[in-house]
Formats: sequence, C-alpha cells, structure tokens
Amino acid sequence: MNAIETIQDQVISEFELFDEWDEKYGYIIEIGKKLTPMPDQYKVQENIIRGCQSTVWLASEYKNGLVTYYAESDAIIVKGLVSLLIKVYSNQEPKDIISTEPYFIESIGMKQHLSMTRSNGLSAMVKQMKIEALAYMN
Amino acid sequence: MNSTAEISPYVDHNGNLVVERIRKDFPILNQRINDKPLVYFDNAASTQKPKVVIDSISNYYQTMNANIHRGIHTLAERATVAYEDTRISLQKFINASSSEQIIFTRGATEAINLIASTYGVQNIAQGDCILVSAMEHHSNIVPWQILAARVGAQVKIIPINDSGELILEAYQALLNEKVKLVAVNHVSNTLGTINPIETITELAHKVGAVVVIDGAQSVSHLDIDVQALDIDFFVLSSHKFYGPTGIGALYGKKHLLEQMPPYHGGGEMIKEVTYEGFSINELPYKFEAGTPNIADTVALKSAIDYINFLSKDKIRTHENHLLNYATSLLTAIDGLKIIGTAKEKVSVISFVIEGVHHQDIGILLDQKGIALRTGHHCTQPLMGRFGISGTSRASFAVYNTIEEIDIMVDALKNAIKMLR
Repeated sequence: MNAIETIQDQVISEFELFDEWDEKYGYIIEIGKKLTPMPDQYKVQENIIRGCQSTVWLASEYKNGLVTYYAESDAIIVKGLVSLLIKVYSNQEPKDIISTEPYFIESIGMKQHLSMTRSNGLSAMVKQMKIEALAYMN
Repeated sequence: MNSTAEISPYVDHNGNLVVERIRKDFPILNQRINDKPLVYFDNAASTQKPKVVIDSISNYYQTMNANIHRGIHTLAERATVAYEDTRISLQKFINASSSEQIIFTRGATEAINLIASTYGVQNIAQGDCILVSAMEHHSNIVPWQILAARVGAQVKIIPINDSGELILEAYQALLNEKVKLVAVNHVSNTLGTINPIETITELAHKVGAVVVIDGAQSVSHLDIDVQALDIDFFVLSSHKFYGPTGIGALYGKKHLLEQMPPYHGGGEMIKEVTYEGFSINELPYKFEAGTPNIADTVALKSAIDYINFLSKDKIRTHENHLLNYATSLLTAIDGLKIIGTAKEKVSVISFVIEGVHHQDIGILLDQKGIALRTGHHCTQPLMGRFGISGTSRASFAVYNTIEEIDIMVDALKNAIKMLR
C-alpha cells in the first residue's frame, strides 16, 4: 500500500463517522473554507478548469521529487472536494500519483460529483492532477 | 365554465384546478430522490409528462408503427393520420390559419436554425442588421451570429433595464431600414419576463423587418395567437409544455415559407427527382426531409389535449399563485436577490444569494430531493449584463404545490446556514 492509499483509507474512516448527508456536506464545506489559499501567481487563466457552473483553479509545484498541488474555486463544495483530492495527492511522488485511482470518492458517497456539471467534475480535476504529475516525470 | 368542468375531479367548487388530482397523472412525481419526495422545480428546462403522453408513445409503437406518407397499407395510413392530426392540433393551439404552416422540427433550436439557414441566407445581406434582445437563450443568438458571419451582416442587441424588461425606446432607436430581422423570445427562460411581442412586431414591420418569436418558454403558460399578433415566425419545443422531447415546430407566414428554399435535402421534401435534379414538394413537406420523429409527434397531440382539457387560463391562475407565494417568501430571505422582476412574468424565479455560490445551492437542495436549476441557463450574455456568473432558478408547472415551495424555502434557509 502506498502513501496515497493510506491517506485515502484515513479519509474513508473519517467519513464513516457521519450518519447524515448534512454532516458529510457540512464537513466538506468546512474543509473547503480551510483550504490553503492558492498563491496569487497561480490564480491565472491558464490554470482554470472551467465548468458549466463553477470555476476551479489548479496548479502544482515539484520539489525534492514530490508534487505539491494548490487549488481554488468560487463554489465552496467543489472547493471542499478539491481539498480532499489535495489531501490525498499532494506531497506525493509522480509515479504514485499517476498509478493510484481516487477510490475514496465512491466510498465516501461522493460518486455523483465525479461527472458533475460537465467538464469540471472531480474526474476532470483528477485527470489534470495526473497530467501535471506525468509532466514532472519526463 | 361548462357543466362538465364543474363536476370534473380536476376542478374544485371555486373553479380552481385540483392539483392533487393532476399530480396523479404524472407518474414521475411519485418517487423519492435521496430518500425525500421529489420536488421538481426545473420546469423551464423541461416539464414532466402526463401518463396520456407516455401511453401515447407506447400505443403508437404497439398499434400503428409504420413510415408515414408513403405506404398504402393500413398501418402506414394509421400512422400518417395520427401524425397529421398533431399538426392540425398544433395549428389550432397557436391559431395558425392553416396546418401547412406548421413545420415539424426537432425543437425550437432547429426551427431557429432552419429560418437562419433558409430565409436568412436568402434575405439578409452584407451590411444588414439583425436585432436580438439581451435576454435571449443561446439558441436565439448563435444561429444569428453564424448567419451574420456568413453573409456579412451585423447582430445588434436590444438592451434591457435592471428589472429584466426590454427598453422599447432603445429598440425603436435601433430600428431602421438596415434591420431585416428581429429575433426575440416571448418569455425569458432565465428571468421569466413576458415580452410585449405585439408591440415589438408592429414596430419591426414598420421598417420592413420580419420577426422571429422564440416561444419555447411561453407556450406552456400563455395563449398563443400567431394571427392576432401578426407574427412572421414562431418556434416552439414540445418538451417544454408536457410533450415528448425531440419534437418541436416552426410556424411561418405562408408567403414567407413558400419563398424560402428547402433546409435539408432527402426523401419527403421532393416532388420529383431525376439524375439531373429535383423539384420541391409543397408545404409543409418541403421542410421535412427524411423520416421524422413520428412517435413523439403523435404523442405531442396528447400533451396539447391535456393542456386544453385543464385550460391554459386555469393553469395560469395556479402558476401565478405559486409565483406570487414563492416571490414573497424568497424576497424575505436575508441577502437573496431576485434577478428578473418584470411587471409581466411567468412562473420562473431566478435568484442570487450574497456570499453563496449557486452551484452549492443546487447540490445541497438536490440532497433534499429538490430539483432546481443552477448556472447560466444558456444565457451567458444576460449573466454578463447583470454582472453575475449564474443564478439559482425555480420554475413552476401546473403540478407544483404551495407545500413544495415551503419545502424549498426551508431547504434554502438551511443550505445558506451551512454555506455561510
């Protein structure tokens, strides 16, 4: 089991504490609000994953063999979900990022957000994260 | 009111519709979403279908499926009669003078594209002007932009005020002999505004422009009389007024339709074909190339019959009641602003909430089984006009209730609490 999988399992057990949908979403909203602000230089047009409803900015850095991700969104639930992706994939090695699927999304009952609102569903974000990780490998 | 209506289970002793009875006709409403009873408030996007419409599709395939207008056998005849019955039904529904002026299309979008590609290309040239309003759906902007780019014409925008009403003085100022076509919706899908299409048409005609009215959002709410309004072209989509998806229509004045070249080439639209060329069939077939969407067209008649049975007048009374109730409750929510406060409105309410993104509202209300529409509603330029990226929109139909509005408002207050 790699580190990404370990973190995913932690996220899954955290979500097991919630019985009701509003507790779950309340938590996602909370972590969305707490997401580390994206450095200003990254909040640019090129880093936008534009969707039908909300806008997500995603950027990354590569230092000492590890990828660090930054994200921002104008919608808070999306921001909370991205913040979970960052928790899972940030500060990891490109090879692990590329080879590990975000199975936690389905386990925590957020599967519908994978394809949500056309192009800026979580799938698009995971794809972008992997593309950036791949670029650092080459 | 006639005596049948008085004893009908659909009408109470005050002459109002009995919504509980109507709801029984819509099987989809009787389900739970995320373990809560469905509250469907996305009717401006698409209305649900009564069982008579669903049964009609099934009945078509079980009893009369065959290709129309060609076969001599009984089934072909049955299918043709049913298909043409819908045309007559639709003709009466919008009071067209003849059924050949009703051209079936896939929907309002295709009908607008048909006009742009045929009438537009034939009659609009370099330096001409097309006017569209600031509150148009993308489907009543983009076809005109494509046409303008193709022929070297210009698309100009009729501005609106902060309430979401067309500024008629500005419209008049834009009208001159360069204006060849005016394309305006009857009702705005985002704002709910009812546009004064009679005045718009009258003014356009004074400078010799033809008028295209996008009726996608009006047909389910308002009485349509294309002759009284002197409309040149009127387009509609069946799925917006309780009919099936994938079928709509174009109405046009006869002399305009007759002079227009065909849109698509193929079977049905021809009179005669040789290796050297073809001659064109008469109206309406000249615009209906290929085997059409027969089943859904046949079922559309059931939707029209259903509306007529309930009566648009009574539907409107009920919907206005819902609109007024929801407007007063929503206005009372702190930080909520209604976008679209025209004096003349249908039952559509768009709103924004200070510090809250519409997408978050959409997600949280869905958890409570409530279907709201959030986003730009295919009116991005209009969003720009109001300086917003999107709204939440509740749109009501005949089967919606006051209790459902209460559920939505409670859910909304709860969502705002969670999100702020």
